Amino acid sequence: MEIQIGVLALQGAFREHLTAIEKCGHKAVQIKFADELNNIQGLIIPGGESTTMVKLIKKYEFRPALDRFFKSQKPIFGTCAGLILLASRVENLDYCLGYINIDVDRNAYGRQIDSFEQFVELNPAYFPENESYKAVFIRAPRIIKAGAGVQVLSSIKGEAIMARQNNILVCSFHPELTDDLRIHRYFINMVKDSINMVKSS
Amino acid sequence: MEKATLRVKSGLAEMFKGGVIMDVTTVEQAKIAEEAGAVSVMALERVPADIRAAGGVARMADLSIIEKIMSAVSIPVMAKCRIGHFAEAQILESLGVDYIDESEVLTPADDRFHVNKWDFKVPFVCGAVNLGEALRRIGEGAAMMRTKGEAGTGDVVEAVKHMRTIKDGINKLAALPPEELMTAAKELGAPYELVLYVHKNKKLPVVNFSAGGISTPADASLIMQLGAEGVFVGSGIFKSENPLKMATAIVEATTHFNEPEILVKVSRGLGGAMPGIDTTKMDKSESIAVRGW
Repeated sequence: MEIQIGVLALQGAFREHLTAIEKCGHKAVQIKFADELNNIQGLIIPGGESTTMVKLIKKYEFRPALDRFFKSQKPIFGTCAGLILLASRVENLDYCLGYINIDVDRNAYGRQIDSFEQFVELNPAYFPENESYKAVFIRAPRIIKAGAGVQVLSSIKGEAIMARQNNILVCSFHPELTDDLRIHRYFINMVKDSINMVKSS
Repeated sequence: MEKATLRVKSGLAEMFKGGVIMDVTTVEQAKIAEEAGAVSVMALERVPADIRAAGGVARMADLSIIEKIMSAVSIPVMAKCRIGHFAEAQILESLGVDYIDESEVLTPADDRFHVNKWDFKVPFVCGAVNLGEALRRIGEGAAMMRTKGEAGTGDVVEAVKHMRTIKDGINKLAALPPEELMTAAKELGAPYELVLYVHKNKKLPVVNFSAGGISTPADASLIMQLGAEGVFVGSGIFKSENPLKMATAIVEATTHFNEPEILVKVSRGLGGAMPGIDTTKMDKSESIAVRGW
């Protein structure tokens, strides 16, 4: 199946996501303009500075195209700043897309000096390999509440760090900074499933 | 849980990529920078152009300025320490800044040695004019690099020269046969392991921004097209006629560095850029890019 995944390339670590998708054997393209969303079947919103991305999303009028993408059930994956943008409620930020029912506190893990990496367990219902995953947290946002309809795919001390609602996937850490491709493969499978759903309906 | 690993330190620099880091001296300027879309601010007592004009010894900024800026913005805050001044660095780390710039813009505190950056939990960015210098700094633990350019001049020529020199050095190393790499390391004055990394990966092991003289959206586009992964703008914003407009335009130009139509749009009606100094007419003793060993 020929699928093409886009990575929002306004600012941040978008190249690492492009590389990860390519390593999984699929085509990945940079998305710098809203109309380019028409050419892709799945979108990744990368880590970076959420305030910078919000400015550029507003300035380059991404909102209507993103809303259409979301409503047509095409999968979106947000990491770190991308998670903040996809959330429904964010403390101290007056803008978010509201595609996933989570409450987020930005930079709640502290300043850079508190950034960390840690082995975490991925929910075996979604990741049957049952192998720990090295998660890298950089000035990470905290999911303070995962609301109705949200499935938790990984957590630390009972607090969600990766979550999914329908075709929206988010994590507060950076899978693009490691060589472990499991989470990118999982997202690619979400994209494939969404295409099959459209075909069969 | 592991903190302060190289991946965590350089990871924040990865998140800065495609962005603009702006020098600010007040809370008001920091808020303008954040409003314009800066990915981070560098909290200073004076911008480089004023440091140049004032002369004398330039030191780490007044901590109360840095603290006020840290509490005023949600984006990461950087601060500068003098080359080799590990005590200033310890103080900045303890204050909780997100990145330390061991910077040639301040008067060096040590004429032979830089800070051993591996000793710190906070990540460091350092300047370089060529590949050997960049690899020495990375060898000392820098988690991010930038070209030095010639800070406070508004003249982009030195930043261009340093970016081209580093790229050229990378290309040369990549093309060498393996038996020549040890001698190359000796000639560069760079750690052999890092020379091997560059030979194999055709890039630096950490993110490389450009700094020193970038003062317009066109300058940002130029240096990004030459391979910078993002830009530092020092005096260029708050020495221009309309800082918010200039800052916003440079942010957009850094994202869309290779889209001429957008560069036209953002470059129009910005008001005057910073006045600037022609670096070729500068006395050699006024160059600060030569600081660093």
